[in-house]
Amino acid sequence: MADLTANLAGIESPNPFWLASGPPTNTGDQVARAFEAGWGGAVWKTIGEPIENTWSRYSSVDLNGNRMMGLNNIELITDRPLDVNLQEIREVKRRYPGHAVVVSAMVESKREAWHTIVKQIEDTGADGVELNFGCPHGMSERGMGSAIGQVPEYCSQITEWAKEVAETPVIVKLTPNITDIRTASRAAKAGGADAISLINTINSITGVDLDTLTPRPAVGTRSSHGGYCGPAVKPIALNMVAAIAGDPGTAEIPISGIGGVTTWRDAAEFILLGATNVQVCTAVMHYGFRIVEGLIDGLGNYLDGKGLGCVADLRAKSVDQVTDWQHLDLNYIIKAEIDQDKCIGCALCYIACNDGAHQAIGAKRSDEGRTDVWIKYDDCVGCNLCSLVCPVEECITMVEQDTEYRPLTWAEVEDGADPSGLAPRPKHDLTIGG
Amino acid sequence: MKPASNGKYQALEPPPPLTSSEGLAEANRCLMCWDAPCTRACPTHIDVPRFIKQIATDDLLGSARTILSANILGASCARVCPTEVLCEGACVLHDLHERPIEIGRLQGLATDPVVFGGDPIFVPGPDTGFRIAIVGAGPAGLSCAAELTRLGHSAVILDAADIPGGLNTHGVAEYKMRPDTSLAEVEWVLSHGGELRSGVRVGTDITIDALLEEHDAVFIGTGLARSAPLGIPGEDLAGVEAALDFIANLKARPREEAALEGERVAVIGAGNTAIDAATQSVRLGADKVFLVFRRAPEHMRAYDHEIEKALLDGVELVAQAVPVSITGQGAVGGLTLQRTELGAPGRDGRPAVKALDGTEFHLDVTRVVRATGQVGYHDFYAAVPDVELDGAGRVVVDERFRTGNVRIWAGGDCVNGGKEVVNAVEHGKQAARDIDATLHGVALPSGGD
Ligand SMILES: Cc1cc2nc3c(=O)[nH]c(=O)nc-3n(C[C@H](O)[C@H](O)[C@H](O)COP(=O)(O)OP(=O)(O)OC[C@H]3O[C@@H](n4cnc5c(N)ncnc54)[C@H](O)[C@@H]3O)c2cc1C
Ligand SMILES: Cc1cc2nc3c(=O)[nH]c(=O)nc-3n(C[C@H](O)[C@H](O)[C@H](O)COP(=O)(O)O)c2cc1C
Ligand code: SF4
Ligand code: SF4
Ligand code: SF4
Repeated sequence: MADLTANLAGIESPNPFWLASGPPTNTGDQVARAFEAGWGGAVWKTIGEPIENTWSRYSSVDLNGNRMMGLNNIELITDRPLDVNLQEIREVKRRYPGHAVVVSAMVESKREAWHTIVKQIEDTGADGVELNFGCPHGMSERGMGSAIGQVPEYCSQITEWAKEVAETPVIVKLTPNITDIRTASRAAKAGGADAISLINTINSITGVDLDTLTPRPAVGTRSSHGGYCGPAVKPIALNMVAAIAGDPGTAEIPISGIGGVTTWRDAAEFILLGATNVQVCTAVMHYGFRIVEGLIDGLGNYLDGKGLGCVADLRAKSVDQVTDWQHLDLNYIIKAEIDQDKCIGCALCYIACNDGAHQAIGAKRSDEGRTDVWIKYDDCVGCNLCSLVCPVEECITMVEQDTEYRPLTWAEVEDGADPSGLAPRPKHDLTIGG
Repeated sequence: MKPASNGKYQALEPPPPLTSSEGLAEANRCLMCWDAPCTRACPTHIDVPRFIKQIATDDLLGSARTILSANILGASCARVCPTEVLCEGACVLHDLHERPIEIGRLQGLATDPVVFGGDPIFVPGPDTGFRIAIVGAGPAGLSCAAELTRLGHSAVILDAADIPGGLNTHGVAEYKMRPDTSLAEVEWVLSHGGELRSGVRVGTDITIDALLEEHDAVFIGTGLARSAPLGIPGEDLAGVEAALDFIANLKARPREEAALEGERVAVIGAGNTAIDAATQSVRLGADKVFLVFRRAPEHMRAYDHEIEKALLDGVELVAQAVPVSITGQGAVGGLTLQRTELGAPGRDGRPAVKALDGTEFHLDVTRVVRATGQVGYHDFYAAVPDVELDGAGRVVVDERFRTGNVRIWAGGDCVNGGKEVVNAVEHGKQAARDIDATLHGVALPSGGD
């Protein structure tokens, strides 16, 4: 099997799967059990001045009967005494020298406070420090967490303070609650960060109890916005990872990818878009430490199948394929094609295209009590929608069309290329009500 | 899942309703097809994807309304419909080699709390002043009454039986639905309006002419009469019964009394009623049950899934055999049969049957149940002016369920020769809409199955 070891800014781990800072890394006992289960590393639940939590603190979004598509929390940093945490970190690192033990920290925005906590952490033998600039609730009201991550100057400043004393790598964990993630990653780099991890949770209210009218999670009759995570946030996280990986301003800064990783496929995607390793929280909160077995096995098999010897060989392979829209080929023509042998006649493609897209699918009741569907090729704009709604695997495929038109981008048109080089588009000149 | 049926006394009770979490999981499997095949296959055209989506989104009341506005007997249909050949049989998931959606049980999940919880599902329309008489409180009559009530008419139902519901109460197999379930549903249907007069046989206790005089229109939903006698010696012995009486008696009595331990039963016939009589007998403990029919197994009229159930129950098929006499002293002691030969297919596509002399054989049985098909109420219809029966004894109607008499509509088994509850419901509903349109002097586009 391929070599799964990972090295994030000098922190080595037997595999690229780390537990993200959160409830699964709250105690030494949990982290030890996670390492036994196979996790390569763990970022300790953020330490600092212990806080008091509300009792009710999580809520979630279910989708079509699937639980916890997205998870929301209003939990703060650790509520355990600092010395207990430090002592347990020391013990875990002593017992698992080959695993990555990184400690997340958040303290007052004072140079002394950061110097002290970094030294205390490194004194345990931990492999690195992660600066929590991301917590979007509670801590931010106290001038910490995302209150730092949202202001580039603070972000640089505190990273600098940490780096002044740190001897191990300093990872800066970013908040996604910001317009352009690159301003934060550049600031972290400017402050001397050795690596970046993202994303922390996204500001959210998951819903409202329609009986009590209290938003969730209900803390008595009130609630508060929390931080959103889990499978629902993966696309947002992937985009941010790719944006940083493709940014010349932060080129080559190692990235630890976080946000909705549940399967090895998710992990592979983060790595392809520039992450060196991934961190997992919600999936473990849902299914337990055991999921790491599937992550390890699946990623290993995938690398083997691709003929890649190690995880690093996969890293950033898709980054160059992410570009600005203006550089996309406007003459890359695809059209939907239906495999009539596979079609079950549900007509979801028809209604989606007809009501929700481009009126390019025909439908007629069949003799068998189903619906016959067909693509009106001249009207199809190749948008993919039908292939997305079709419940049958590989029934609708998007097929590239031959064209005499040469590749042409909007940027080239803007730069003076002849717009008559654009392949003609289907016209939607339907009569209203016709 | 349909109940397992591979042993005596199994599945005497209806399967348990879906729990709400099972329902949610099942509802979420539905693809929400457009112009859905399941809806098209439902004789009452319930908007299946819509009611399922309503279950999935925790709007059970809305779901019940979707169902019950198309099919007022949605709760019993959820139990008794042969979904395998209707909605579930049409579900596109078959083509994905997946289990079809359990539409019937989802329908029960949504409708049970309403139908057996008491609250009406609609408010009767403003009173039109029209009065309609309905003959028969079976599914056809009840559906017609409910739709007429919804449209603001007043409906009076007359039924010869003391207990309403027609075959839905007295006929369907116990493991699908108990009589008290049907009766609770009848009570709920009537809670919307409509008056029931039980124990009144039209034609005997009151004439059809009197009904026509006192009402603006009449709907006839008499269903069918008991099967005719076989016309063989020994039919008067104790233990010989028409299938419907046999089943109705089983259903009317407590289980201990209805038990058939020690009995050996021969059911004559190859339709769904014959199968029901046979499987009911097995489930009530009969020692041996034979299903005797004239043609070959492939010609049986019963649904495949019903035949399979009977075979799993251990019913023995006696194919290509015709009864010639029933023997015994005072009570049935045996059944003598002849072998048959099958000839060229007749008009209905089924082979002609010829009994062969000299092939007599004997079955050792203590009961003979006649399930050779119900027939029309010829005497009753002879007295109804301008209403005709066809050669098969079915009332002749047009696509709006109008008979030859402009003031009389008909629907249900008496029109289709005996189908399902759901067909009778659709007939009653469509007839009510046409009665409404006719009384208001508006024409309607044609409907019905
Ligand atoms: C044994 C058996 C099992 C069945 N199982 C199923 C099943 O599992 N699922 C299913 O969907 N269908 C089943 N059916 C069919 C279903 O029961 C019928 O299709 C349905 O009940 C027909 O409804 P209806 O209203 O037309 O007639 P019926 O249900 O027959 O009702 C007719 C009513 O009219 C009354 N009546 C008759 N004549 C008069 C008169 N002159 N005056 C006053 N009242 C009168 C009768 O008392 C009766 O109440 C079964 C039928 C049988 C025989
Ligand atoms: C294909 C597509 C095209 C969209 N185009 C526009 C647009 O032209 N203008 C706009 O304000 N929002 C546009 N949106 C965003 C939607 O209006 C909406 O804000 C967003 O999709 C979130 O809502 P939803 O989760 O219901 O899709 C578009 C969304 C989709 C899916
Ligand atoms: S690709 Fe888009 S436009 Fe073409 S048929 Fe499918 S949904 Fe319609
Ligand atoms: S969505 Fe797919 S399966 Fe359904 S009708 Fe369209 S092509 Fe066929
Ligand atoms: S055919 Fe099946 S999947 Fe489609 S709407 Fe009906 S129940 Fe749902």
